[in-house]
Amino acid sequence: MTHHVFVLGEMKDGTVRSVSIEALAAARKIAGNHPVTGILFGEHANENSDIMIQHGADEVITADHQALRQYTTDGYSQALLQVLPDNQPIVLVIGHTAIGKDLSPRVAAKIGMGLITDIVSLEVVNGKPIFTRPIYAGKAFEKKTFKETSGLVTIRPNNVEPLPKDQSRHGKKSHVQVNIKDIRTVVKDVMKKAGGGTDLSEAKIIVAGGRGVKSAEGFKPLEELADVLGGAVGASRGACDAGYCDYALQIGQTGKVVTPDLYIAAGISGAIQHLAGMSHSRVIVAINKDPEAPIFDVADYKIVGDLFDVVPHITKHLKDDASES
Amino acid sequence: MNIYVLLKRTFDTEEHIEIKNGLVIEEGAEFIINPYDEYAIEEAITLREKHGGTVTVVTAGTESCEKELRTSLAMGADRAILINLEDVQEADHHTISELVAAYLSKQDVDIILGGNVSVDDGAGQVASHVAEKLGINQVTAITGLKLAGNNVQIERDVEGNVEKIETSLPILMTCQQGLNEPRYPSLPGIMKAKKKPLERIELKDLDIGESQWKPKTETVERFLPPPKEEGKDIEGEAEQQAKELARVLKKEIKVVGRGEDS
Repeated sequence: MTHHVFVLGEMKDGTVRSVSIEALAAARKIAGNHPVTGILFGEHANENSDIMIQHGADEVITADHQALRQYTTDGYSQALLQVLPDNQPIVLVIGHTAIGKDLSPRVAAKIGMGLITDIVSLEVVNGKPIFTRPIYAGKAFEKKTFKETSGLVTIRPNNVEPLPKDQSRHGKKSHVQVNIKDIRTVVKDVMKKAGGGTDLSEAKIIVAGGRGVKSAEGFKPLEELADVLGGAVGASRGACDAGYCDYALQIGQTGKVVTPDLYIAAGISGAIQHLAGMSHSRVIVAINKDPEAPIFDVADYKIVGDLFDVVPHITKHLKDDASES
Repeated sequence: MNIYVLLKRTFDTEEHIEIKNGLVIEEGAEFIINPYDEYAIEEAITLREKHGGTVTVVTAGTESCEKELRTSLAMGADRAILINLEDVQEADHHTISELVAAYLSKQDVDIILGGNVSVDDGAGQVASHVAEKLGINQVTAITGLKLAGNNVQIERDVEGNVEKIETSLPILMTCQQGLNEPRYPSLPGIMKAKKKPLERIELKDLDIGESQWKPKTETVERFLPPPKEEGKDIEGEAEQQAKELARVLKKEIKVVGRGEDS
């Protein structure tokens, strides 16, 4: 089975995103001995080609265009279709990010290939890639595969182990011209939200608050802890519905589904919809006054206590440790 | 203005999932309108109230979807379309998208609204696939919408940031949480919904061949995650608990002090 695998890499602040490095590892596994080609668009594409090669790409194709400086559905789909080979079976891997989610169904529809989104792991059985993905926000899982040779997958950040950087790897780098026209959307402005800009779905550490935080100000100690840990702040539906925070922070079956290395749940009772959205985090710490709270069923470390007493102390201890070392 | 809403019937988010012979057991489960699709219905009705027009709710599925379609009519949609999948042996997102697009391609469409994602399989595929097949513009994960004639001002959620977008009709948009607060069906609304038109579309009514909609992916296995092991209690006064947790985080699980790219 031929699997020339392509990876559309994404950049943030001029560097390749972790999820794209993870996508390269997934691509390497799917490709076997077949080539892996990285694709990068935009003004920082060329300078990031080596990173893609050092993490698993055999070659990198780059393109820049005024219309690729800012993501639009039209711009990226036109460019991608010009870069991908015609009439040749391929697998395309993209991160399950804002861009990946927006772009992948359009590209799959256009090319007429199958799409499997939000995969968390993969295996290759008799040359055929089989992808595992959560369903019901992680209450269950399914394994899916393509019925045809070609296909497109999006991978969830933080789940596929990246390949170590190998500076001895070299590969072909080609810069191509693309024609882009008739962009139907104009991005007028991007407003950065509170929370430091770390996206919840990609955050390695999340400190989340529920109804137990009692007010918008109640998130303050959680923000301080998240700051010390270099993590992002999340929330349960209860906290969002109560108006303590923005819906953009909501974690759960409605809201974001997250799998960070560390999830600290403070004042969250653990409704089934919330548990679905976070219970596959690697390490879960629960802090709650109620020892019977369902959040403790999924916690690796259980602290029965008042978050307003405990959390500031955790922050203080971590800060002290940091200043010692 | 012709406004279409893409609706999916999903498991209630309160439901626990059980699997037997590789299939999720549906018996006895409560079903609801996919919560993200409720935002789409609400937005469609609000647009009609401001700008006039007709709201048509479309789903692909079996007869059991009538309940959710009637609920959307009770909320205020004008008519409902059920694309009957009884004769489809095997379907994936490609199948559903192609069939829905085949239906919509024969309609005069100004706006299509859908959910950002469905809470059951979480794939987020159908809406954008439909937009591509119809050749119309799309904006996904919207949290704000203003319409003035042909001009559309949108705010969308991009990983926590808000992107402001200007575009024009016709357009397909997927709705993100925070866009609006979906209304509950009123009692008069429920009475009226019983008499509102619900049209059934059969495969043969659609101008599309099987080769075009046959699935491109297949599910080979479904399984439940292994149960979590009992966690460890960290006891004592707040100060002690905090100290012990800080130690655990640093020494045992080494998650503290790692950068994004390490």
